[in-house]
Amino acid sequence: MAPIAKVKGPMYVTLWYFMAAFIWTFLTYAMGNFMPEYFVTGISAGAVGGLFIHDLVGLFVTPLGWGLMYYFVPILLKKPIWSHGLSLVGFWGLAFFYPLNGIHHFLYTPIPMFLQYGAIISTIAVELVVTTVVINFFATLWGSGSQVKTNLPIRWFYTGMVLYFLTCLQCAMQTTLTFQKLIHFTDWVVGHAHLVMFGVFSMWLFGIMTHLIPRIWRVDWYSRNLCEWHYWLSTVGVVVMATDLILAGLFQGYSWAALQPWDASIDLSMPFWAIRIVAGLVMFAGFIVFAYNLFKTWQLVPRASLQTAAPAQG
Amino acid sequence: MFESKAGVLFVAGIVFFGFAFLSNAVVPVLMYEDLPEQTVDELINGQLRYQFEDLAERYPEPFVKAFGKPPANASEEELTKWWNERCGDALRRGKEIYVGEGCWHCHSQFVRPVSNEERRWGPVAKTEEYQNELQRPVMFGTRRVGPDLSREGGRRSNDWHAVHFHDPQSLLKGTPMPRYPWLFDGSPDKPNKDGLALITYVQWLGSWLESYPLYEDYEASDLKDVELTPATEETDE
Repeated sequence: MAPIAKVKGPMYVTLWYFMAAFIWTFLTYAMGNFMPEYFVTGISAGAVGGLFIHDLVGLFVTPLGWGLMYYFVPILLKKPIWSHGLSLVGFWGLAFFYPLNGIHHFLYTPIPMFLQYGAIISTIAVELVVTTVVINFFATLWGSGSQVKTNLPIRWFYTGMVLYFLTCLQCAMQTTLTFQKLIHFTDWVVGHAHLVMFGVFSMWLFGIMTHLIPRIWRVDWYSRNLCEWHYWLSTVGVVVMATDLILAGLFQGYSWAALQPWDASIDLSMPFWAIRIVAGLVMFAGFIVFAYNLFKTWQLVPRASLQTAAPAQG
Repeated sequence: MFESKAGVLFVAGIVFFGFAFLSNAVVPVLMYEDLPEQTVDELINGQLRYQFEDLAERYPEPFVKAFGKPPANASEEELTKWWNERCGDALRRGKEIYVGEGCWHCHSQFVRPVSNEERRWGPVAKTEEYQNELQRPVMFGTRRVGPDLSREGGRRSNDWHAVHFHDPQSLLKGTPMPRYPWLFDGSPDKPNKDGLALITYVQWLGSWLESYPLYEDYEASDLKDVELTPATEETDE
């Protein structure tokens, strides 16, 4: 924390997100772990639980992820973020609206309806904020579009951003009571969750690792081809899985609402679950390729440089 | 303020989080302040006691091994007390098993007022049903691979549950539910303490309702009263 303490005056965007995330993560952890266990019960505990599971994504993972994007994208593209004003809107919009979303996980429960409406409206507001952030990043890319083809980390980042926009758009729709009626408790939500956590934040981390590892070890990747395989296996895998599960959710929801016997919803899910397994294995194959590439790259590192890099262990 | 340490740390970090916490967590807590949390002892009802004693009759040896024997020559009052205490233990333990085995990953405990759920499961979930010790943490659930369980009590016999927990496939072909052989000492007629406790817990769900036990609506469809017109005559022409 010492460097942060020394900073005077305005800070860069990444620091807003990181500093706020450190506070939020601490508060979220304390709230979710202690409140429902020791202080509140039943329906109120459900409301706290909704805040908890939502804030873990919204106030821990999301700000850290965007903080990293605001750091790495300008470095890699060698130009500043397009609009500082939009950066401000993005951060403060997220800070205000995101914590208010929690109860949208438990719509139609006995939690008071006005709180459910509040959560729905805030969720749609988050989608508008997200749009400004995504516009800001694509405007930054404007003019350097070819980088997406040649610069692999940039491709990871922007694929993640496209999927982020899609998942937030999906969120703004599925949070409405009309959608909830149909898709709550189905695989639709599972597809949504995979799209966010793998399709966005894991992708960003992969992009950052693809960028940083050659710089840390001072060697090139063992195989640029394997890096490409990692990207394509992950992207195709997660897109297929999310599409498959989202579709499965619609079928399940209609089957339940039509009062078909429960087994019918299991039977109709089976083909979707089969595709899901294949898609999951494709994503996993991406990991294996990455791990293999990482290992082979590590083998290329000159031994002497490893020793100077870590003298304490010698 | 928007880019300074103080703004980010205190306004975004603490004030905004606090505002959300007040409006989304403290408000429901205050609203339900007068709805006290029921203890397990307050939850035991006649329906549940019937199921619990039924377990003792069906599985005498495993039951005695798990919960002991009711005291001989005891007065009616003492006997009731003994049964209630054992029943309460079973409920508490059953809830721990339900949480620990991850039952709530695939089963919800709340009936929504939409999507015909009232027809399928029974009465829509009410606030007071959740204000008790066994809803810590609250068991709404997030995904239904299997059916909702909040009105499951009394729908099926204890035997059915024992066989089902031991090997779901033997009763429901093609079910994705895993087997739970560690709740038994080798065979479905020998549930251990955990098995008996879990069955007690499942039989408790919904036992407080007037409509207990709730069976699915098997009323015949109106469609069969519609007279079928013979279509063959026209096609013959």
